[in-house]
Amino acid sequence: MTDATLSREKPRNQWLDVWDQFRSHGGAFWGAIFFLLVILSVLLGPLIYPHDPTLVPTGRDFIRLKDMRPIYTALWDSGAKVSWAHPLGTDQIGRDTLARMLSGGQVSIAVGLAAMALSLFLGTLVGVTAGYFKRLDGILMRLTDLFLALPLLPLILVAVLLFREVLSATFGPEGGIFVLIVVLIGFTSWMQTARIVRGDVLALKEREFILAARSIGTPNRRMILRHILPNVLSPIMVSATLGIAQAIITESALSFLGFGFPPDFPTWGRLLFDAIDRMVLYPERVLWPGLAISFTVLSVNYIGDGLRDALDPRIRGR
Amino acid sequence: MLDDTARRKLVEVKNLKMHFPIYSGVLRSRTGEVKAVDDISFDVFEGETLGLVGESGCGKSTCGRAVLRLYDITEGTVTIDGIEIGTMDQQTLRGYRPMMQMVFQDPQASLNPRMTVARIISEPLEEHTDLSDVDKLARVHELMDAVGLNRDFANRYPHEFSGGQRQRIGIARALALNPKFIVCDEPIAALDVSIQAQVVNLLEELQDKLGLTYLFISHDLSMVRHIADRVAVMYLGKVVELAPRDALYATPKHPYTEALLSAVPDPDPSVENRKERVILTGDVPSPSNPPQGCNFCTRCPKVMEICKTVDPTTVELAPGHFTACHLYTQTTTMTADNTVAQEAQKSDQQGE
Repeated sequence: MTDATLSREKPRNQWLDVWDQFRSHGGAFWGAIFFLLVILSVLLGPLIYPHDPTLVPTGRDFIRLKDMRPIYTALWDSGAKVSWAHPLGTDQIGRDTLARMLSGGQVSIAVGLAAMALSLFLGTLVGVTAGYFKRLDGILMRLTDLFLALPLLPLILVAVLLFREVLSATFGPEGGIFVLIVVLIGFTSWMQTARIVRGDVLALKEREFILAARSIGTPNRRMILRHILPNVLSPIMVSATLGIAQAIITESALSFLGFGFPPDFPTWGRLLFDAIDRMVLYPERVLWPGLAISFTVLSVNYIGDGLRDALDPRIRGR
Repeated sequence: MLDDTARRKLVEVKNLKMHFPIYSGVLRSRTGEVKAVDDISFDVFEGETLGLVGESGCGKSTCGRAVLRLYDITEGTVTIDGIEIGTMDQQTLRGYRPMMQMVFQDPQASLNPRMTVARIISEPLEEHTDLSDVDKLARVHELMDAVGLNRDFANRYPHEFSGGQRQRIGIARALALNPKFIVCDEPIAALDVSIQAQVVNLLEELQDKLGLTYLFISHDLSMVRHIADRVAVMYLGKVVELAPRDALYATPKHPYTEALLSAVPDPDPSVENRKERVILTGDVPSPSNPPQGCNFCTRCPKVMEICKTVDPTTVELAPGHFTACHLYTQTTTMTADNTVAQEAQKSDQQGE
């Protein structure tokens, strides 16, 4: 539904309709704005914000800078160790929390988007192929079942242990683990999408407009691109938004378990992991990364919801 | 009677069989088949409308789809405009798709809900022509004019239209490539009566203007009487009677046709009250396990012994009037009063 089918009388791009509907969906609109703000701040923030997220101060600075509380603590605790230079405080070895949050967000969101894209691509490919080509249905769906039956977290942990060295050598320590995590999450989370898409394709295939397209002589490739995919967009959109959330959370879980990125490399999950020991004394250290993960995931879910509605011409304009 | 020899056969269907396999059991082994279309033959002459009638489930739609090779047919030949397409592979067949198109039963389901009207109508153009976008749009507008749709609707989606308008979109799509032959698969069944008339008149008008040939599938006998030149009656996967329209409606030969025609309601209450209906008892047998002999023998009011064992062959009773019934297999010439003939024949066969 992309290209220009514009009437000379009424030159109106269909994406305009989509945008209009998307805007009218309150949650989606604000979700999108929030998500954009998060992305902008994690991209531009580290450039503006003066502190280095991995720098550990040495000597007397270490004592002075470590375990600083967020600036708002001063509101109720006048004796708290706060500083305007470190608005969200510092951790137990004096690294600035806000700086770590910002650069950690970069990685977490990048992992989320990349892993979602990969799992969506795989899931849609397998789902559409299995649903559309009867011959491949059995084997592909058994493969899906096989993947569903795998215990994912242990599998990922083993895979990280096995491949970390090799990939680190090729892509560098951070790049290697990024590729590894994205690929692992992508390859272990496409099954739900595949199943849902297959079910929808199976139902769609029996509709008369598919038969009509066949009577026109539309070849399979264009049949899928033109008729099947636009009509299974809704479940794909839902899977996509849930997928981003799932990927961010899985990455957090991996980092939390200490199997993700290197210890000094911040991600939202790693921040949670580091802060867990002294959570009672310094609740802000789990609160802020936790909130960042939750709100990002929530905004993405709203975006997906709105996008799904906006892309369906039957709902559009209501 | 139509003068058959002068007219060219556009579509020739010979011994068409469309059997769908049934798989069952743990090993999904093939345990039988649904004989949706079982050995039927008919011709459609250029410029005419062949009505195909029968009760639901008798294989009408399957027949229409099989003729256009939307299914891979089990057996038989389909020749359209001198080209044998029955055994052609889909890739080669694609090149011949423009000459044969289809109008579908459910105008809601036959249009992709995510495409605008302009894209739906231009899909055949995209597949089979190299027209530029501007030319394509011009053709779409031309087609919309032809089927009586406002050009301003080009950017709307199917759900914004009424049933009749949707069917017009479907017809415009079928016309896009200037086909010679259109299979209309119950195009009016999902519409209400006032709209049915509009759509049927549109189809007739287009036929006159563009010289189209229709295979008009319907269960509505009065509508078929209105639009068809010749009528084929199907029962359980077989054509039981094929005749010019007037002959079929005036002197139905096959007992099934008689029963079908007697079920058509008459708007005149005095006629309606005096009408003697042939009430068939029982259900249509399963097409996966049709009865031995004549398919109609389980419900036929004039059933004979031979019907239960021997499958009747199709005989031509009058020029262009074919039927497959044992009542007529012995004597091919029929008197006008067919009931007398039937009685005579019945006693004839009982005497044997």
